[in-house]
This record gives sequence, structure tokens and C-alpha cells, in this order.
Amino acid sequence: MQFSEQWLRSRVNPSLSTDELSYLLTMAGLEVEDVTAAAPAFTGVVVGEVKECEKHENADRLRVTKVDVGTGELVQIVCGAPNVAVGVKVPCALPGAILPGDFKIKPTKMRGVESGGMLCSGKELGVPDEVDGLMLLPADAPVGQTIRDYLGLDDSLFTLKITPNRADCLSIRGIAREVAALTGSPLAAWDIAAVAPQTDSKLAVAIADNAPCGRYVGRVVKNVNAAAPTPDWMKRRLERSGLRSISAIVDITNYILLEQGQPMHAFDLGKINGGITVRMAAAGEKLVCLNEKEVALTPDLMVIADDQQPLAIAGIMGGLDSGVTTASRDIFLESAFFQPEAIAGKARALGFGSDSSYRYERGVDFALQTEAIERATALVQEICGGEAGPLTETVGQLPQRSSVTVRTARVARVLGVALAAEQIAAIFTRLGLAFEQNDAGFVVSAPSFRFDIEIEEDLIEEIARVYGYDNIPADAPVAAQTMLPQPEGLRVRSEVRRLLAGRDFQEIVSYAFVEEKWERDFAGNANPVRLINPIASQMSVMRSSLIGGLVDTLAANLNRKHSRVRVFEIARVFHKQADGSVQQPEVVAGLAHGGRVEEQWGSKAERVDFYDIKADVEALLYPRVAEYRKAAHPAFHPGRCAEVLLGGAVVGVLGELHPQWVQAYGLTNAPVLFELAVEAVEQVGRVQLAAVSKFQPVRRDLALVVAEDVNAAAIQLAMKAAASAFVRELALFDVYRGKGVDEGKKSLAFRIVLQAADRTLVDDEVEQAVAAMLAAAEAAGAALRA
Amino acid sequence: MSNVDVILKEGLAALDAVTDLVELEQVKARFLGKSGALTELLKQLGKLSPDERKTAGATINAAKQAFEARHNEVRDGFNAAKLAAQLAAESLDVTLPGRGATPAGLHPVTLTLERITSLFATMGFEVADGPEIETDFHNFQALNIPENHPARAMQDTFYVEGGDVLRTHTSPIQVRYMLDHQPPIKIVAPGRVYRVDSDATHSPMFHQMEGLWIDQNVSFADLKATITEFLRRFFERDDMQVRFRPSFFPFTETSAEIDVLDEQGRWLEVGGSGMVHPNVLRNVGIDPEKYTGFAFGIGLDRFAMLRYGVNDLRLFFENDLTFLKQFN
Repeated sequence: MQFSEQWLRSRVNPSLSTDELSYLLTMAGLEVEDVTAAAPAFTGVVVGEVKECEKHENADRLRVTKVDVGTGELVQIVCGAPNVAVGVKVPCALPGAILPGDFKIKPTKMRGVESGGMLCSGKELGVPDEVDGLMLLPADAPVGQTIRDYLGLDDSLFTLKITPNRADCLSIRGIAREVAALTGSPLAAWDIAAVAPQTDSKLAVAIADNAPCGRYVGRVVKNVNAAAPTPDWMKRRLERSGLRSISAIVDITNYILLEQGQPMHAFDLGKINGGITVRMAAAGEKLVCLNEKEVALTPDLMVIADDQQPLAIAGIMGGLDSGVTTASRDIFLESAFFQPEAIAGKARALGFGSDSSYRYERGVDFALQTEAIERATALVQEICGGEAGPLTETVGQLPQRSSVTVRTARVARVLGVALAAEQIAAIFTRLGLAFEQNDAGFVVSAPSFRFDIEIEEDLIEEIARVYGYDNIPADAPVAAQTMLPQPEGLRVRSEVRRLLAGRDFQEIVSYAFVEEKWERDFAGNANPVRLINPIASQMSVMRSSLIGGLVDTLAANLNRKHSRVRVFEIARVFHKQADGSVQQPEVVAGLAHGGRVEEQWGSKAERVDFYDIKADVEALLYPRVAEYRKAAHPAFHPGRCAEVLLGGAVVGVLGELHPQWVQAYGLTNAPVLFELAVEAVEQVGRVQLAAVSKFQPVRRDLALVVAEDVNAAAIQLAMKAAASAFVRELALFDVYRGKGVDEGKKSLAFRIVLQAADRTLVDDEVEQAVAAMLAAAEAAGAALRA
Repeated sequence: MSNVDVILKEGLAALDAVTDLVELEQVKARFLGKSGALTELLKQLGKLSPDERKTAGATINAAKQAFEARHNEVRDGFNAAKLAAQLAAESLDVTLPGRGATPAGLHPVTLTLERITSLFATMGFEVADGPEIETDFHNFQALNIPENHPARAMQDTFYVEGGDVLRTHTSPIQVRYMLDHQPPIKIVAPGRVYRVDSDATHSPMFHQMEGLWIDQNVSFADLKATITEFLRRFFERDDMQVRFRPSFFPFTETSAEIDVLDEQGRWLEVGGSGMVHPNVLRNVGIDPEKYTGFAFGIGLDRFAMLRYGVNDLRLFFENDLTFLKQFN
């Protein structure tokens, strides 16, 4: 809501500067988003009348004028504007004047002729108009008055951000009422007198039973001059409120909207067939609105119709055909109250709204319609003439205002400051809230202009607002002390992140909505969760995997000339279930590409590979040890991909990006990635302490030859199954291919550490234990290396 | 000059002439070995009279000690030289960089989130979490935002097939938590949120954090105190000016925008807050007569921008390593 400070001050004028007024409004919940001056600063410009105008003897384009500036003496001014002429009234800058841009006016000689000032264009004063040349003032402009006073330029334009609950402040009347309540300054009421009918002409109005229209006030005005010009004072107030002047009658309805907060509409009476009915639209009806859009009306829209067809969408926009024009002779004015619920959401559904729908859906004062139409009628007659008909009022279902109880003790409890009953009573009085006081508190009736006072808390907020949020203390809270739980068996998110950052993975944040293609390519997901209203087609589905975002981040950073990229992300992913529901687990995923370490003097340049990332995965899951099983996954190289299992359940995957995606996504070579369920990474478990043996451990190494396609884990598992209770450790420490091992085979070297808790092991025990494990390995296809 | 003196002189001269440890031991053997010159003299002592033996023995022993002393001196000299040479040879260029991987770091929004949640943890606020695809009930209706409420236009919503929404704020986490817990409730709920909006100051996905404290007597004064304390600790400015300004949110009544005065003397809006609306409490089965509480919401991205001087929100989502690595 934008308005002129002068306009507001014409109704309530507290002794506050513009800045102070702005602060007051903001701190009362009417946030001032912007205050701008109506015109830049300048001085020394008055209304002048050109009395004489002669050609300059030494310059064809210049005129020598004599100007009356109200001092009793004419001032000689040389002027080059094309529209200067005897009789015009124009702004005249006198010597000593300072124009915008710090342009100082001094007496001077122009081509040998004395010039004692300057006649000004709108542009030169910082108030551009559409005139080429001098700003032309009306004939009745008082000569000698300063132009700032005459044009009201010492004004500021306030832009307020009015919250949805404060529709009562969407007008000068409402803001003035609020300022008066907050400051105690007197409010100049509008003395709106009823216009006596000069004609019997009227329209029958009916409100259909199912139409949520509370009140419909109408009036015919005959024989108006709709082409009359809008007076400058009204134009100025409209313009300073951000509205363009259109025509006198439309301007008057807009003026009433801004001044009173009552939306109005003016119909061309000649376009109305029969009477007016406020009803719900019938399916199939159509209306071309004032914005020239044709709307297929639906039965949830309320319309203003005549005997033949809809003329306007109630509370939202008038029809193009039935609206008043400068050619209209007889008009019909509408001032109505529509239920907020009937208008709410409709503008959004239609794709367009209006200043009217904005107010109606938030709530218009339902007692205001008659006053507003009387004021509008008076303005129409003042500007356009015409004979007013009698006012017709049709009442439907009006809002009921039930009384609201507020307890003084509850105010103290909610606000944390004990206000005396008298303080609360004083606040209600200032706000114009009628109340009855009792021992416990107050029973308050909300006025017709407030739609936000329904429960006790609404009144507590009003009390806090007027008392001043700043005046409520902010002492440290007093509360029972408790400690937060710290489950030792859980690795918190911050630890997971720091673990990965410590292993040289940079955290990223990428969008949860992705290209549908990524879901197909990287997750094999043909049925992702789709957005109905995506912001762009490449952000149209919810991801079920973070891999796409990581690969995209890699590609973007390769473009930025980063050759080594190691990134991770923790985020939710979205899996559509067969029943239509969506699982949203959190996952952690990482990508590594380029050198194992940053290129450096002390390490060989080696590309990061599957086993590097596997170590990262092992670290993430540590101390739990996962099982890794070769797997097929759409994102990964079929020979270089494993699924990660804990307790037999798959908790993630790791692998090298499939060569086809390396090419398709413009990468230089394949990154290695992992993705794990956060739920799995979180579980650390509590320490289970085992006895520390005091007896000597014994180490035996076994080198076993197996075929290339035998997994190390298979041999190890077999050996583990055959291990005696005192085998403390079984670990693979070398893989060898080459001399001494046949082609197509590899040698796996295992370390076996044996140690009993209660005795030193004797050789026989050790040899038997190792033999048993070797036998198990042999059964699994291994042979002792010769 | 006695024989002893001659031998000693010869021996000392030999010690002085050696060039390495091997030679040194050879010289030692020549004079003190089994058949060394001084050893031989000692062997001959038996042939002397007791008196002579005493005198001569003392003389020979003195010579032997003198020889040994010089021998040790020379040996230590060689050892010291050898160690010095070894140390010199092993000297490193200590200015070469350390070997191996250097750590990376966290996203600035995460740094901000962790900083804020840990500040609130010191006041006993626990972290809560919830889904990002939400039902209309949890995202709107439970929060006192019915269908067609003008407040819905304040938050342009992404819809997914089936009618659920991408949560437009982190408030549904509070709803879920309140449905599952009775007061006292003291939580913060950070997370990703979504709105149909994209320009230099708006991202279709961004981060919020909400806080909620419900107990028997939590008041607006407690709200002011808690948030003021938090802002001063977060920005590490004990004198930071914080102001609470009346506003409107459907889910709070006695609502306040939170502004801070920046170093240029401008008020910056940093969040919204208010006393939880009794309808919200009723919707989640908490008795508003018995309990009161406050809620607040802040933009984590905005806090990260203010804290680190980032002026374009989009930088947080472009994942340019040159940008991100500056926070490490």
C-alpha cells in the first residue's frame, strides 16, 4: 500500500517527523518498506504569470518576458522554451533559487539582455510531465505562491507492507485511525452527508440465497459528464498512491478505495438490462473482464448479473462491456460487502486479481458501504454533475462479531509482563475497541473493520503492540535445567561430515529436484517423484540418489579448470513406493576424481581408484565391518561396483562411474563414487571390552594361490569359519601376480595371529589350527603356494 | 729417557697419526694388545725386585692411562666427526610441503547450521528433523493456514504428484514433534525448504531453522531474551541491537519480525517469531490453557551470508570449489 504523507496528515497530524512517523508505523506492525520524496529538494521557485513576451533582438530562439511573481514588480526573464506565451502561468525560479542538482540561479545577461531568473520545465524541477517546454500551471494558480506549496511537493510517498490480518489499514482512513490510536493525536473524521435524490431512477437489486454477499448498496446517477477532467488534487493523490488517472468516474471509485478502503464499481447504466442480481455463476457462462481477458466462469465464482448475463465477477473485476466510459451518460454505482471467504483464493485461481479483490479477501469494513457511496456520489456530482437517484441497500448475510474475553492474568502470563487493568483498558479505548470490564479482565467487541480479533490471543497481541514490544523486558529465561541426551552409540551428522572433510572431501549442497534423465541414468529410476509445477524442466523430478548432483558438480568444476575434485553431500532422497507414498531416507554420497592426493613433490601422481574410495567407505562405517558384494548398478562400471551390506542388508553402493556416462557427461575420466544410508553410517555401537591376554601371540603367514575370479573374501570367510577360538586375527596383507604364480592365478597372503587368553599356545595347537584353516581354504579352491 | 717414555711417546705419536677408526684400533692393539709394547713391559715387571716393581709398575700404568686417554679422545673425535657427517648428509629441506592429503571442509551453510544448533544446545534445545515432501496438513492446515488463506500466497508452493507439497518452511517438523511429544518441548529444526522463486536473493531451495519452546509459563519476554542472546552470541557482538516488530504469521499470535541493527546503522530483518497460536497447539493435542510457548524461524543461508559477507545467495548452490574451499 502506497500513499502520500500529506494525505494522511490531512486527517491526523501527530507532531512527528517523517522518519519518526515511519518508525512508529513499522513498530506498530505496519512495516514501512520505503519512503521517498515526492520531488527532489529545490528552493526559490514560485508561480509566475507571463505578462509580456517579446522576441530577443540578438537570438531567434529566445524570448524576453516580463513575469509577474507577486512582488508588485515585473521581472525580466529571457526564456528559450517553445511554449512560452503571454498569459501562461509557469514555475519561475528567482535569483537565489537552488534547483535540483545544486543548480544556482543568479541574475545574468543572455546575449546582452538582462535576465532575472528562469522559467522552469517539469523536468528541471525533478517532477517530469509530458509537456515539451515549460510546466504549464492552471489559470487559477496563485501568482507568487511557492511552487512547492502549490504543487504539494513537500510530501513523501510511504510504501507499507500490510500483513494479511490488517486489511483495515489498506486505506488512508484506516492508517489515520491507527496513527491516532498509537499517538493520541486527534483524528479528523469524514463528515459524509447523505446526498438527497434528485431523480427516482434506481435499479432493483437481489442477492441470491447462496451468494455470500453481505450488503449491496447501489445508486443511479443520471446525466453525468463522464468526460470531465479529474481535478488535479485527486490526480495527485492517486498518482502518489501509485495509480494512474483513467477517467473522472473511474478515478473517483479508485479514490474511494484508497481513501475509505471500500472497493467500488461504476457501471454504464445503459448497458444493464433489467435489474441486478448477485448470484453464483452458472457453468458455461463467460465474461470478458476489464483487463480484456475472457474468463470461463465456474459455479464457485460470485457474479454481479443483470437479467441477461454476468456483468462483473463480484469483488474481483468488472466486465469490459458494462463498465463506465467517458461516453457514459447514466451510471450505476456499486458499493458492496462480499464475504472474505468467497473471494479468497479466487484471484490466484483466475491468474489475476485487483486492488478490490486484494481488500475483499482480507476483509472490508462491512459497515462502510453507505458512507462510501455517499462520498462517491458527492464527488461525482462535484466533478461530473448529474442527478443522483435514491440509494438502494440490499442486505444479505453479514459477519457476526462475537465478544472476546481477555483475562488480565493471561496477558501477564503470555507476555511476561504484568500490565494493570487500567493500562489494558486505556489501550482498548485508544484502539476504539468497545469493552466491558470485570474482575478477571475484559469482554471486548471487535469493530466492523477488524477481521483479526476472534480469540483472546488476538487481543493480547493488540495490547502488546500498543504497549510496545520494546517495552516488554527481555530478562534471561528461568527454567528447569536439563541436559540433552548424548547417545554414545550414534555418530552424529557433524561427525560424519567432519570425517569426510578430514579425508579430503569438500561438502556441497545441490538441488533436490533434478533432470529426469539423471534419475534414469544414475538410479535406473523410471518412476521418480514428479513435481507438478517445476521451476524449470531440468528441475522436474525429486532425486532418489545424490549421484547426479555429484557428477554435475564434477563436470562444472572441470569446466572451471579444477582437475581434482572430491566432494560429498548429505541429503534426503525420495523413493516412490508402490502405494504412492514416498520414502525419504537421508543418504551420504561422495565422489572422487583426479589424483589420489593433490599433485605434489613427494608422492607419485596416481589416480584415485576403487580401493581408495573403499577405504573411505570403511572409515565411514568403522568400527563396523561391512560385507562387499559385486553388484550391477546403472551408474557404475559392471566390473567395478560393489554393494555394501551390514547384517545382510544392503546399506549402500560404491563403484567407478560407467564409461558410457563418463563420455555422455563430458568427463575426462571416470570418478569413483559411493552412496550410503545415513542410518547405517550413524550406528557405531557401544564398546564391548574383551580381556587383554598376557600370553605371547604367535604369527603364521599363509600364501594361497587361487584363480583370478575367486574373491579374496570367499577364501577369508572359509578360513574364518574353520578358525579356532584362539585365532585372534586373520587378515589379507598381500596380493601377488607374476613370477612363481601361474597365468590366470593370483597369490593371496594372509596373516594369522593366534593367542589364547589363559595360556601360552603350544606348537601342536598352532600347527593344527593353521592346518584346519588351510584345509578350509583348499576346500574353497585355494592351494598352498609352493 | 726411560724405555717407557719412549714407548709412550711413540704410542701417542701413532695415535695422533691415525686417519680412521680401523687404524686407531690397530694402533691400540700395537701398544695395549696381548703382545703390545706397553703390555710387554708389564709382563716383564715380574723380573724386577719388589721395590723396583712398584716404581716401574706405577710408571707403566701412568703411561698406559695416558695412552688410553689419548686413544679415547681420538676415538670420540672420529665418532663426532662421523655423526656430524651423517647428520649433514641427512639434512632435509624443511620448507618442502608435507606429504599426503590435506583436509577439505564443510559447506558454509552447514558451518552456520552447526554453529547455531550448538549455541542452542547450550540452552537445552534439541535438534529435530522431518521429511521434505510434506502433507498439506503438516505444512499448512496444522499451522492454522487453511485452504485459500491469503497467507498461502506468501509462500509459493511446489506440489508433487498426489497432492503433497515440498515443505515451504521447517514448521512441519515442529508439528510432527509436537504430535509425538508433550511439553516441555525445546527444539530447533533445521533443514532444506522449497519455494517457487528464483533470483539473486531467492533460491527455489534454501535452508531454514525453526525453534520451539513450549512449557507451562514460556512468555514473549522469554522469546525476546532467548533470541537476543542467540543473535549476540552468533554474531559475537555483545552490544548488538535487536528489535522485535509486530507482524503476522498464521501460526503465531503475538507475532514479531526480528531485526538487527547492522554496522552501517540499518535495520536488517533476520527472522520471524511469535507465541505459538492456540489453534496450532490444539491441532497437535497440546492444551493451550496449560501450556504456552514461542516459535521462531530464521534463514540459515541469510545468516551464512551475513556472517561471511556473501552477497549472492546463488553462490551457495553453484558448488564452485573456488568458493567453497575458502571456508576450510
